[in-house]
Amino acid sequence: MKHSRLIRAVAGNLVAAVATLLGLLVVTFAIGRVLPIDPVLAAVGDRATADVVARVRVEMGLDLPLYRQFWSYALHALRGDFGQSVLTARPVLSDIARVFPATLELATSAMLLGILLGVPMGVAGAVWRGRWPDQVVRVVGLVGYSVPVFWLGLMGLLLFYARLGWVGGPGRIDVYYEGVVAPVTGAILIDSLLAGNGAVFTDALRHLVLPACVLGLFSLAYISRMTRGFMIDQLGREYVTAARIKGLSEARVVWRHAFGNILVPLVTVIALGYGGLLEGSVLTETVFSWPGLGLYITHSLLSADMNAVLGGTLVVGSVFVALNLLAEMLYPALDPRARAAR
Amino acid sequence: MSDPSRGGPNPLFRHFCRARRGKAQGSAGLSRRGLFRVGLLAFISAYAGRVRFAWGRVPRDVFVMALQSDDIISLDPAELFEFTGAEVAANIYDRLLYFDPDDVETLKGGVAESWSLSGDGRVFRFKIRAGIGFQSGNPVTAEDAAYSLQRVVLLNKAPAFIIAQFGLSPENVRDKIRAADPQTLEIETDRAYAPSFLYSCLTAAAASVVDMRLAESHAENGDFGNRWLRTNSAGSGPFSLRAWKPSELIILDRFEGHWRGASVMKSVFIRHIAEPGVQRLLIERGDIDVARNLGPDQVVGMKDKPGLRVRHARKGSLYYLGLNQKNPHLRMPQVRKALKYLVDYDRLAMTILRGTAEIHQTIIPGGYLGALEERPYQWNPEEAKKLLAAAGLGDGIELSVDVRNTRPDLDVAQSLQASFAEAGIRLRILPGDGKQVLTKYRARNHDIFLGRWGPDYQDPHSNAQAFASNPDNSDQGRVKTLAWRNAWEIPELTHLTEAAILERDRARRIADYRDIQRRELEDSPFVVVFQEVDLAVERADVHGFVMGPSFDTVYYRGVVKDQ
Amino acid sequence: MTDAVQTPGFSASRLAAWLDSVAVAAAAFMRNPLAVAGLCLVLVLVAMAALAPALAPYDPTAQDLANRLLPPGGVHPFGTDELGRDIASRILFGARITLRIVALVAVVVAPLGLLVGVTAGYFGGWVESVLMRVTDVFLAFPKLILALALVSAIGPSLENAIIAIAATSWPAYARVARAETVALRGADFVAAARLLGASHMRVVALHIAPLCVSSVLVRLTLDMAGIVLTAAGLGFLGLGAQPPLPEWGAMMAAGRAYLTDQWWVAAVPGFAILLASLGFNLVGDGLRDVLDPRESGR
Repeated sequence: MKHSRLIRAVAGNLVAAVATLLGLLVVTFAIGRVLPIDPVLAAVGDRATADVVARVRVEMGLDLPLYRQFWSYALHALRGDFGQSVLTARPVLSDIARVFPATLELATSAMLLGILLGVPMGVAGAVWRGRWPDQVVRVVGLVGYSVPVFWLGLMGLLLFYARLGWVGGPGRIDVYYEGVVAPVTGAILIDSLLAGNGAVFTDALRHLVLPACVLGLFSLAYISRMTRGFMIDQLGREYVTAARIKGLSEARVVWRHAFGNILVPLVTVIALGYGGLLEGSVLTETVFSWPGLGLYITHSLLSADMNAVLGGTLVVGSVFVALNLLAEMLYPALDPRARAAR
Repeated sequence: MSDPSRGGPNPLFRHFCRARRGKAQGSAGLSRRGLFRVGLLAFISAYAGRVRFAWGRVPRDVFVMALQSDDIISLDPAELFEFTGAEVAANIYDRLLYFDPDDVETLKGGVAESWSLSGDGRVFRFKIRAGIGFQSGNPVTAEDAAYSLQRVVLLNKAPAFIIAQFGLSPENVRDKIRAADPQTLEIETDRAYAPSFLYSCLTAAAASVVDMRLAESHAENGDFGNRWLRTNSAGSGPFSLRAWKPSELIILDRFEGHWRGASVMKSVFIRHIAEPGVQRLLIERGDIDVARNLGPDQVVGMKDKPGLRVRHARKGSLYYLGLNQKNPHLRMPQVRKALKYLVDYDRLAMTILRGTAEIHQTIIPGGYLGALEERPYQWNPEEAKKLLAAAGLGDGIELSVDVRNTRPDLDVAQSLQASFAEAGIRLRILPGDGKQVLTKYRARNHDIFLGRWGPDYQDPHSNAQAFASNPDNSDQGRVKTLAWRNAWEIPELTHLTEAAILERDRARRIADYRDIQRRELEDSPFVVVFQEVDLAVERADVHGFVMGPSFDTVYYRGVVKDQ
Repeated sequence: MTDAVQTPGFSASRLAAWLDSVAVAAAAFMRNPLAVAGLCLVLVLVAMAALAPALAPYDPTAQDLANRLLPPGGVHPFGTDELGRDIASRILFGARITLRIVALVAVVVAPLGLLVGVTAGYFGGWVESVLMRVTDVFLAFPKLILALALVSAIGPSLENAIIAIAATSWPAYARVARAETVALRGADFVAAARLLGASHMRVVALHIAPLCVSSVLVRLTLDMAGIVLTAAGLGFLGLGAQPPLPEWGAMMAAGRAYLTDQWWVAAVPGFAILLASLGFNLVGDGLRDVLDPRESGR
């Protein structure tokens, strides 16, 4: 009985994920169809003759009814075939495979920064609720939510790179280190460590610091707000009062008992927030000339390279769906109370 | 189950909502905090003042350049037709002939060591330099040279006309361009052209010598390796292409066996940086050696900085407006003329374009054979209004302009928007990236195009043909000149332009071009505004970077750095 | 409308109670200094937009190429931009664009979300399943990227930016409205209205929807900061308002070229975006505190 319920929950989540993916396909397909620029012209170039255009139109299946076109679009997309990028003259999937690691590295660093600073800040805000640490946490959170990342990035570049020279400039590494370290994971920090190349590691690190901090501020705001909320809820519960009465040290009460109980929801919201970071990387990457998926999508957008735009959107969308699914599964599976309720 | 991250009234969110703030704050705490803050600030500022992180500069054997290079569609010499692509190709491929970058009147031998002309003026012979080789190790022969020129014509891409205009077609090119022997290339033309005209064409990117065996080993469906060569190199030039990440980075490696001696620089990195402001940051910090797309505003602030050097070089390229004759308003001669009075030439040259452009209104750039340095048009909205009223458009019209989304082009477009408005013309700006704008222009889907035109080779015919020749104005178009792109039907001018290339008398040829320029000045769908001056800032320890008189006479081979 | 269908939903006592709670909430809101500061910022923004023609010393699109890139001070309090336009005037008129985007998105999104959510919540069953499944699908999308793709497909302009933002942000409101409706569905006054012969349409439109408005409004205030940022981001990427409109994001993008020597060209509009978004965030935060269901005991 318990089993069947769990299976039903899992199945329900999977159905939801599949439905979302399908919706994503429908929406991207619709966006591709309302495009003002003729997709055939984009594919063959303007120098093609009329019969070439007509032939390619048939080859691309643009003469078929819409539902047939959608079917073939969906089949191709599911196979990871997003077509050829006009901008790079290469398959979109291989482009994305090339640029995605850079985005992952940036978003993950930002998330780690957010966790390392945001969790203690959130706990502090909850423990000293209403006093100055709380105010600081709150204001930092609000500023983090309010600041335009592209502005912060530009000002950061101006100050820390141009004026002070503390950090590396735009780009992921200095170009002459390009290709020095063999890509294993795609994350240069890790690859350079694996290769034992200190120079590349330092170079990559000093380029990463600023964009990661800028993007990390958002992550920090989000995580500290969530942590604070969860902790306040826990600290108001009876078992905390009981623990205090028993004479347990405050640190033990806060960290062992209360914090231990918020770990699951916290991990869940962090996983969900990661999707937001992937998205936030679009503007951050543009400012820092960071050669990731965000920059790829912006470049493609500005050159009306729809295959690339839709491919990128589908990939980010799929990651979103996967994160959602993960969160939905994680929550009941790990939460002791949810388990007990079954 | 509700999804915790989605905000709104769900349980997780409410935990957070319940948090309230207290109000009590001790004054003692405040002062202590104040002290702490002052101390922290003092510490940070002391730290910032003293500590200089000693990051490594660009290595001494590597050359790094920032350049807007998102216009590159292909690096195949038979296909490339863009500014940046031509520049990169000029460093990968050797050509048969060169102009001396310091003196465009002087022809120099490239792959061709010497050249001669038959008595009837129709067979040109080129002696191929002996003992030079491709980067692949294959020797450079007359067969490679013939193959390279043939494939330009056979592939029939955008630059094909540069070679094909000598009476060559896919049908006859294998006979007319031939290797008489392994060291002798022969080109047989259909008529006796002005010799300088043909030689000029052989200095163009389309006449790059491609490694036949390598290209053919990558050929698919008889495409002469075109698909492969788009993103790979098969040349004998000073550099080979290691990697090209579109809109990001181009990496060139030196060719140790180059016949003029290998470059001192081991590698060249060309970073695509769209924003001049960012290029400025990079060059000031020494993360790049040369910044190529700085605007006058960036350069003003850098003039006196130690360690930097500002370079100017007059380019053959022109800033102009192309007025699509498919637009009923732009078809009217009065409107075309009115627009020539609606550009604030002097002000643009003194402000937005300061130092990067000279006013130039004729279609042949200064420094070229027969160039006319007349400038009859000036900012005169009253005159423009009169012309528009005469055309029955006193109430104003609406037009759009397609322009690259980079500076200064966007700024110029905005300035035009304001100055056109003085005569009641509402100008809508449609910015796009280089390729998007060009694609639309080439498809003749624009109203007005604002951009640059650079001659394809060092001869007045290149511009005369572009601006004053349109043999077939149908949408298919036989030769897609600028006149064609703007749908301008001009049988008479086309004829004059054709005649000028057969004029072997220099003085009379000059007179021909003067005539063509005057006609264009009087009435054409082209508002030529400026001739471009290239501005670059380089680190003072960099020497030998050549910026010649055209966009594809930029050479990296001679670059050295102080040790 | 006859008296017979006057139901408890709109009775005088309910109204009085509601007004009471609004007064209590307002008082609580005003005791919160951060929220008040936010309210001031928003009011300043509104005042800037309303009085822009009176306050602006110059025409925001008038170029003066002889006076380009002037530093702040003198007749140009925030300096001039690359075309010699007065930045202060452009910021003032830019407030109009920002507010227009926020208002238009709100006008589109709130009713749409309300309609979907209330319909789903009221009818339940398969209607609810279908509508909420669609909502969930949209919620799971990467909003910004989808908005970007949409704008690039339909062409960059201010109107299209508004459409794109609206198209990607309605689902949150549907969720809020549905949650409220589900709670109200079984309430006595709904049953009473039905007994008195009110049609489904009438119950939804007159009795349930109005009660969801306050939650939707809170959600909207919280979202406004996000709308400001998204709109500015689109403008920054060149996909929002087009020149010569003084949209703050586009102004920043233009200022990038002059970052080193004329920092104010980029910094001032960026700061304006920050303050506007901060204002909405502070107000939203304050409102949430006050109107949180458990806190205010609704």
